[in-house]
Amino acid sequence: MNLLRKIRETGRVAEQAPPAPQAERLPAARELAGSVQVRCVDAGSCNGCEIEIAAAFGPVYDAERYGARVVASPRHADVLLVTGPVTRNMAEPLRRTVEATPRPRLVIAVGDCALNCGEFAGGYGVQGSVADVVPVDLQVPGCPPEPDAIVAALRTVTRR
Amino acid sequence: MSAVGTVAVLTQVTVVVAGAPLLTGLMRQVRARMEGRAGAGVGQPWRDLRKLLRKQPITPVGTGPAFRLAPLLLVATTLVVAALVPLASTATPVRDSADLLVVVTLLALGTVILALAGLDTGTAFGGMGASREMTVVALVEPTILLSVVALSIPAGSTNLPAIVAHGVHDPARLASPASLLAGVALAVVTLAETGRLPVDNPSTHLELTMIHEAMILEYAGGDLALIELGAQMRLTVLLGLLTSLFVPWGIATGTAAAALPLALALFAGKVALLGAGLAAAEVFWAKMRLFKVPELLAGSFLLALLAVGASFFLPGN
Repeated sequence: MNLLRKIRETGRVAEQAPPAPQAERLPAARELAGSVQVRCVDAGSCNGCEIEIAAAFGPVYDAERYGARVVASPRHADVLLVTGPVTRNMAEPLRRTVEATPRPRLVIAVGDCALNCGEFAGGYGVQGSVADVVPVDLQVPGCPPEPDAIVAALRTVTRR
Repeated sequence: MSAVGTVAVLTQVTVVVAGAPLLTGLMRQVRARMEGRAGAGVGQPWRDLRKLLRKQPITPVGTGPAFRLAPLLLVATTLVVAALVPLASTATPVRDSADLLVVVTLLALGTVILALAGLDTGTAFGGMGASREMTVVALVEPTILLSVVALSIPAGSTNLPAIVAHGVHDPARLASPASLLAGVALAVVTLAETGRLPVDNPSTHLELTMIHEAMILEYAGGDLALIELGAQMRLTVLLGLLTSLFVPWGIATGTAAAALPLALALFAGKVALLGAGLAAAEVFWAKMRLFKVPELLAGSFLLALLAVGASFFLPGN
């Protein structure tokens, strides 16, 4: 009963949807047609980006309303959200994960570390940025990127 | 009976196939609203299926016929069940084959096929999901069979249209202790069979807590679309079976064509209402620990046993 009262008092938490981002048309996005299943791959991140991704799928930013949904297997996924600099131990698993994802697939590099190794550039365990290991279709800069930026990147794929 | 009955079966199957993804979309939407989210819309599962059909099919190395045939067999068994269960009309050409035991067996066959497919992938999670599913099924089946016995005693038959028609013509039976106990028992096992909370979490991403999802981790593209559609149809058919057995009002029992649209609309409304209620209730539930699931299912078994006893000793009026 307490929970019911809480639900009634809280009402809608999701913020008003910002206008759809005007970005380049991705050919793969046309085939996906408003339904995008997302698999997150942590290639060596400090978990800052993971917290922001979790916030993007939380009640306030609610990425699910644009047709994106987090799934448990790369076989179910259309989009891989890759975070962190790619460590030596995660380079091969990352390649295999991309290989296991059915086409049409997109790889989104999330966070400064994924783009250019960021804080961890030159580290002894770091193999390189995500683009050094697998082809990257979209980039989300920031350390960590705001949930708004992650949602905007997903909306260029879902086109909603 | 022939023409109207055939139309009834065909429209009923069409409504189940077209409506099952919408039911899932509705349940997700109800949950999203209660969590303060906006939600993806009722049509999202249909968009997901359309997208999956366009994707590249992948068959993992080392998988055999069980993996490849499972999606087709799952959908096929569910389609047969959707045709057999009297959701809209009890006067159909298949009424003599529509035994409650056949329906239960076909649903169990779908479950077993999916578990075999999970084992066939040879991955740790596939085998784990299959073994968990078989544990749950082993506890669910006795409850279902006992509930069937309890429901068939007043009607004098395990024929499903006969039981439903009996309920339509004699509504007092539906409020008898046997019917109520069997209803609660069947509701609990429906939750377990369709992988809903508190037995399984349909939206989990954690492999260690999965049951249904763990078995289908390796499917992609069109195969995954079939599996998802099959699972959604199973949920729709089982909720429809519950409404047919315990709130059968509106189901056509004669051969009049005019009763059919009303029966279909009432069926869609009742299942949507039940699904929305289930989704709202799920917001308040947490997933049970796997070790506690047998206790829940043993409780439902006890209710089914009491229902059988009650149907002998408290036969209503």
